[in-house]
Amino acid sequence: MIRVKKLIKRFGLKTVLRGLDFHVEQGEFVALLGPNGAGKTTFLRILASLSRPSMGGVSIAGYRLPDQASAVRRRLGVVSHLPLLYGDLTAEENLRFYGRMYGVRGLNQRVEEVLELVGLTTRRRDLVRTFSRGMQQRLAIGRAVLHDPDVMLFDEPHTGLDQDASAMLDTVLREVAARGRTVVMTSHDLARAADLASRFDILSRGVITSSVKRDEIDPNNLLAIYRQALQEA
Amino acid sequence: MTVEHDSTYIPGKEDTSTGSKVVGFLRAMGAVVWKDLSAELRSRELLSAMLIFALLVILIFNFALDLDPATRRQSTITSGVLWVIFVFAGTLGLNRSMAIEKDRGCLDGLLLAPVDRSAIYFGKALGNLVFMLMVELIVLPIYSLLYNVNLFNPGLLLVILLGSIGYVAVGTLLAAMAVQARTRDILLPILLFPVVLPVILAAVKASTGFLDGSEMELIRPWLNLLLVYDIIFSAVAFMVFDYVVEE
Repeated sequence: MIRVKKLIKRFGLKTVLRGLDFHVEQGEFVALLGPNGAGKTTFLRILASLSRPSMGGVSIAGYRLPDQASAVRRRLGVVSHLPLLYGDLTAEENLRFYGRMYGVRGLNQRVEEVLELVGLTTRRRDLVRTFSRGMQQRLAIGRAVLHDPDVMLFDEPHTGLDQDASAMLDTVLREVAARGRTVVMTSHDLARAADLASRFDILSRGVITSSVKRDEIDPNNLLAIYRQALQEA
Repeated sequence: MTVEHDSTYIPGKEDTSTGSKVVGFLRAMGAVVWKDLSAELRSRELLSAMLIFALLVILIFNFALDLDPATRRQSTITSGVLWVIFVFAGTLGLNRSMAIEKDRGCLDGLLLAPVDRSAIYFGKALGNLVFMLMVELIVLPIYSLLYNVNLFNPGLLLVILLGSIGYVAVGTLLAAMAVQARTRDILLPILLFPVVLPVILAAVKASTGFLDGSEMELIRPWLNLLLVYDIIFSAVAFMVFDYVVEE
């Protein structure tokens, strides 16, 4: 589903990604782990077609980036630590707006389904700026799944959430993944990643230094594996 | 759970036909305009800021120029002051309009949509034009009252429309560029004013001509300049917006 070959990204003289290789099969839930500055967000922004690669090949669902970016975007849902929602619109208006941007037909019914999925049906007519951080993040997931994408990208989705909100977000994430979508999630929270993902890739200094599947390891040892991968980098 | 998309969406294949592209373009542009107007009608942040600023500039000029009544009614003074008001208030609006997109990461949300990115540009530009014209329509009668000048001249209204289109066409593009920078508030006027100088010059000259009742032969070159500027910069923005907003 996702193929990345020898990806390089430079910002001026600074090289952030240094020949990164990455493959994800359909239905996998990959947690991309790494310290601050490892290049996780840069990598996800390239996958999301928000940033152009300096060199290397990226393809999603058989479409190449950046040449076929529009086709890739149809198949992508993106959630970042920012909600990507308009505070002066209601929850329903936000979903309707993005639904129009994606050309979703039967929008009324789809908005109902999504509001129910993220548990915000009763708050549908409230302005998003009155929402708590957790509610905004749930609506952000609703926005991202509105067009029923094949691939979901989550960039540190738990940032700024309290325990209850994080747990509720995990429930929504599991539901999103259970529908057979391919998921790539960056995270600092190893325990949470161990609980959610089916594979763990460790990104350090712009390359993937380690990749392990959940059923190959004891998830309780993920911290040790992570530390070892960082030391070897 | 499957989602029906409109005719522009075929699973597994991108529809590249001209008809569906045009429909998708117009739909996305309309959605952006609807979103900007709905949010503004609710918050009134942008319009009220532009309007208060415009009224303050009128008052400041009123005291600063301190001219005798006859001089105040001179068309060169009137058109000059009017366009200074429009340009300053417009810059405020352009900055705010793009800042709203940046603050919650909404610009990324727009750029993630599978639409031609120039549709986003034209949607934003159209929204900005509506706000600017609304402010101008309120400023004109107030200026008329304070300065005792009749501004209800169809020619002048045409110049204001053409000048505003040119100003917004360039301003929206440069605001999208400036919003990426930390110093966006001060960067926009620095980038915008030199580029928009031909519009201001032509608009002031054409406005003066209409207020003076000059012959059309004298005004036409300035109107042509405004028209050409509008077309060229709309086309330039159409071509480069994608590169301006992408990292």
